[in-house]
Amino acid sequence: MTTALSIQDLRKVYGNGFEALKGISLEVEQGDFFALLGPNGAGKSTTLGIVSSLVNKSSGKVCVFGHDIDTQLAQAKQCLGVVPQEFNFNPFEKVLDIVVTQAGYYGIKRKQATERAEHYLRKLGLWDKRNERARMLSGGMKRRLMIARALVHEPKLLILDEPTAGVDIELRRSMWDFLTEINAAGTTIILTTHYLEEAESLCRNIAIIDHGTIIQNTSIKALLQQLDTETFILDLEGDFAELPRLDGYVIRARDAHTLEVDVPKSSGLNALFQHLQALGLEVTSMRNKANRLEELFVSLVDKNLKQEST
Amino acid sequence: MNTRLLWTAFVTIVVKEIRRFTRIWVQTLLPPAITMTLYFIIFGNLIGSRIGDMGGFDYMEYIVPGLIMMSVITNSYGNVVSSFFGTKFQRNIEELLVSPVPNWIILAGYVIGGASRGLIVGFIVTLLSLFFTDLQIHHLLITIGVVILTAILFALGGFINAVYARTFDDIAIVPTFILTPLTYLGGVFYSIQLLPDFWQGVSQLNPILYMVNSFRYGILGVSDINIGFAFAMIIGFIVLLGGFAMYLLRTGKGIRE
Repeated sequence: MTTALSIQDLRKVYGNGFEALKGISLEVEQGDFFALLGPNGAGKSTTLGIVSSLVNKSSGKVCVFGHDIDTQLAQAKQCLGVVPQEFNFNPFEKVLDIVVTQAGYYGIKRKQATERAEHYLRKLGLWDKRNERARMLSGGMKRRLMIARALVHEPKLLILDEPTAGVDIELRRSMWDFLTEINAAGTTIILTTHYLEEAESLCRNIAIIDHGTIIQNTSIKALLQQLDTETFILDLEGDFAELPRLDGYVIRARDAHTLEVDVPKSSGLNALFQHLQALGLEVTSMRNKANRLEELFVSLVDKNLKQEST
Repeated sequence: MNTRLLWTAFVTIVVKEIRRFTRIWVQTLLPPAITMTLYFIIFGNLIGSRIGDMGGFDYMEYIVPGLIMMSVITNSYGNVVSSFFGTKFQRNIEELLVSPVPNWIILAGYVIGGASRGLIVGFIVTLLSLFFTDLQIHHLLITIGVVILTAILFALGGFINAVYARTFDDIAIVPTFILTPLTYLGGVFYSIQLLPDFWQGVSQLNPILYMVNSFRYGILGVSDINIGFAFAMIIGFIVLLGGFAMYLLRTGKGIRE
């Protein structure tokens, strides 16, 4: 299988001496839907900035579909589409012009560029806004405009830096559908996000970066298997007189009719329900306290922080 | 990128630049037309009629080439400095940086876009001057050659200024405190023959004097300086500034982190 992105021993030290990347290595296979996660300031945007030539690296090697950015930069860029975190289009230009002009930078003639722009603007629900100045668009529309602009030259690798930040739930879901569709059509996608539910729903593989180093690089499935306890919130029909106790489970009271239970993966939920039923407590609803990936993410980052401080 | 793709990218940048300044023509094309018309009326007509001849020509005829050149210089410079700085400021420079467009095409696109505004404004001012005087072009090739080269040179200057600029103040400092005084002292309104020897010598250190005088030579056939030297100097400056601008783009000064 072809490697879409290969990063080897990548380092970045900014002018003020801050070491944003401490020699990270990473590989993303062609066709993957890959999540790059990390807390704020961990080095995600710096990594993507180097890959997309917006940030100069200090050392290391980056190849996009086999094209080294030091020696075959133009070929590497031709394979890349970038959706940055911040809006970076001219707000005074019309929506259609922004997309068509971007295609021109890739050498696509105006007629073909306009056809492609129409295709992607329609797909992203912006065709009706094509003659509006970009500054008149809502936040969600601006994000979709940046996706259309990044796709107009039909890149093999699409990089999205927090594409759904500040987007409402309905729109976020429709963007997920769109991204899933283009990934299924063959576009490799690398995504950074703070919505771990998003990474869990969309991505197959994941890297977690913290303080400029990669602390986890595996498949989402393998990562979730590391989770040995899940915390559930149980809403009960009536109040309980005494806090239930059950071996193997940690049960806490949230209020008189809500329980918070740590369930070990090895134990399952059946024994818990049987026990509650025996006590005459009926569960009316149940939910995860936090997203499963979120729990893992927090524990990994905490662990890394402790290791760094020792 | 092959030649066809490079050409498409170059045309895209130039068209974008031309569309930008024509879209805001009230800010870009109209003000120099009004300012220069006032110069023609006040300096050329009202004051000029009392001054009499300059260099063997009616004063209005004498100042027209200088004023055309002044418009070309300030507009070529002003277009690139404001457009490229705006592109940096709004971060849409990233649209270009992530694309495979080579640096020399980015530079050429912005410079030709800026020079186009300078030349269009120069053409408008030339048309306006015809209401005040009859222009007989003495040497067409020199006239066209020097105006195009000057527009390119100052567009390059504007580009370098924009790369270094961090605030909107930074894009106004050079035009206000360097470009305008040098242009006014570059023989737009007078022949340096009128100055004492010492100040004539000082004036000859002003590169704009050579551009204004070469252009005046192309139109009127009179000049205070050697035309061959003037061309060599303009081309030399273009090579120098062009090389420096390419160095800045290659290192990412002011545009890449």
